[in-house]
Amino acid sequence: MKPNVIIINTQDNVAVALEDIPEGGIVTLPGGGEFTALERIPYSHKVALTDIKPGMAVHKYGETIGYALGDIKKGAWVHTHNLTIDGVMV
Amino acid sequence: MKRDTVQGYVRPDGSIGIRNYVAVIPTVACANGVADMIGREVKGTVPLLHGHGCGRALEIGMQTNTLAGLGKNPNVSGAIVIGLGCETISAEAVASEIAKTLKPVEFFLIQNEGGSRKTAVKGIRSAKKMVDDASGMKRVECPLESITMGLECGGSDAFSGVTANPAVGLVSDWLVDAGGTVILTENTEMIGTSHILSKRAKTPEVGQRIVQIIETAEKRTKDILGPLASYVIAPGNMDGGMSSIQEKSLGCICKAGSRPINGVVEYGRNPNDKGLVILDGPGYDMESMAGLGAAGCQLIIFTTGRGTPAGFPIIPVIKVSSTTRLFLAMEDDIDVNAGAVLEGVTLERIAEEIIDLSIDVINGRKSKAELNRQGGILCLYAATPAF
Repeated sequence: MKPNVIIINTQDNVAVALEDIPEGGIVTLPGGGEFTALERIPYSHKVALTDIKPGMAVHKYGETIGYALGDIKKGAWVHTHNLTIDGVMV
Repeated sequence: MKRDTVQGYVRPDGSIGIRNYVAVIPTVACANGVADMIGREVKGTVPLLHGHGCGRALEIGMQTNTLAGLGKNPNVSGAIVIGLGCETISAEAVASEIAKTLKPVEFFLIQNEGGSRKTAVKGIRSAKKMVDDASGMKRVECPLESITMGLECGGSDAFSGVTANPAVGLVSDWLVDAGGTVILTENTEMIGTSHILSKRAKTPEVGQRIVQIIETAEKRTKDILGPLASYVIAPGNMDGGMSSIQEKSLGCICKAGSRPINGVVEYGRNPNDKGLVILDGPGYDMESMAGLGAAGCQLIIFTTGRGTPAGFPIIPVIKVSSTTRLFLAMEDDIDVNAGAVLEGVTLERIAEEIIDLSIDVINGRKSKAELNRQGGILCLYAATPAF
């Protein structure tokens, strides 16, 4: 299967969806490997690549973009609803 | 392809031009007509028309430096400075600063020469001589390290930070490793990344400067816009999947690759440092590119998601699109499609493509913005209103 997400940095624990992935859809990784999307991952949004415990850093670009608010399961959508952020957006 | 050398014009100060223009620089908007007359009459000249030069106090030093810096840019073989005579920016000061490069430079004041036409006649005579001399210059083999590449992004979308900017980041690392210079700018697009960028600073002083310029950018945005500031900091990006300011800014700054940051240079100045440098400048593309030009960039790499056709008068600008959709929609304006990453092409492969094209463009091939004559007019940065 053609990858439907992109991992920007090898240290990242989230990937970016290259298409709308429906709930229960398959997330196919660029280097091989796949898992199930636990909820809908909209085009250009982030999906968790591993389980992320509350308070743990979410990495994209190899850098911290925020901290998990609650348990983020592998395959979950990662966005403002489950991230705490320095410099809150609107 | 041979990549450690390029073909350029050697200037008297040892800098390397990749274009060979005679710049006609009005020091004030009142001199634009004369500069334009010279530009239309003499092929090979580039009039740098702009709307500034008077009615200000705080920015006069910076704008003088910027105009002089553009005249000193290695892509310029010689310069003619046209002043009115009573403006705040001194034509003589701009000309004498350019003269430090030992390139030919002359200045004329409209009020001294007896009006527009008489000034234009003199300017045209000088311009013809400069273009004639420049046309005899030959490109010679020069080390790649003589190249300074400016980075720009405009009209970003959700994939700018996923495809185009990371690919350009690899190009930045390549040029820095080759001994060249890469300049990152657009302070407003660094907001939220102080701690990341300052960690990469070569010295603690450089780190403090980085923190300071980003703080200033954030404060200024909030002072001017109040509650609307967050819209500027994050213009509708949440729908595109951006969850924090850091995330958005990281997508912007990743075009500067991963190498240490050797210095911070003020707008209008040329950095003394090689390697990766930050230019303290605004996020507005056109003013940002003027700063990059004054800092000595011979080439600008410009990533875009929404699609901007903008170029710069004396500098080839290479456009990199973030998606194939944009590339196909605006093929006339986009040089490289980094959107291919979304179809499975590696970032490394796109970076190779940008490097190959950059070498070609350095050696004389025209970028799309050059072909479209999208140089536009010069936009100079000013932080305060005119009076």
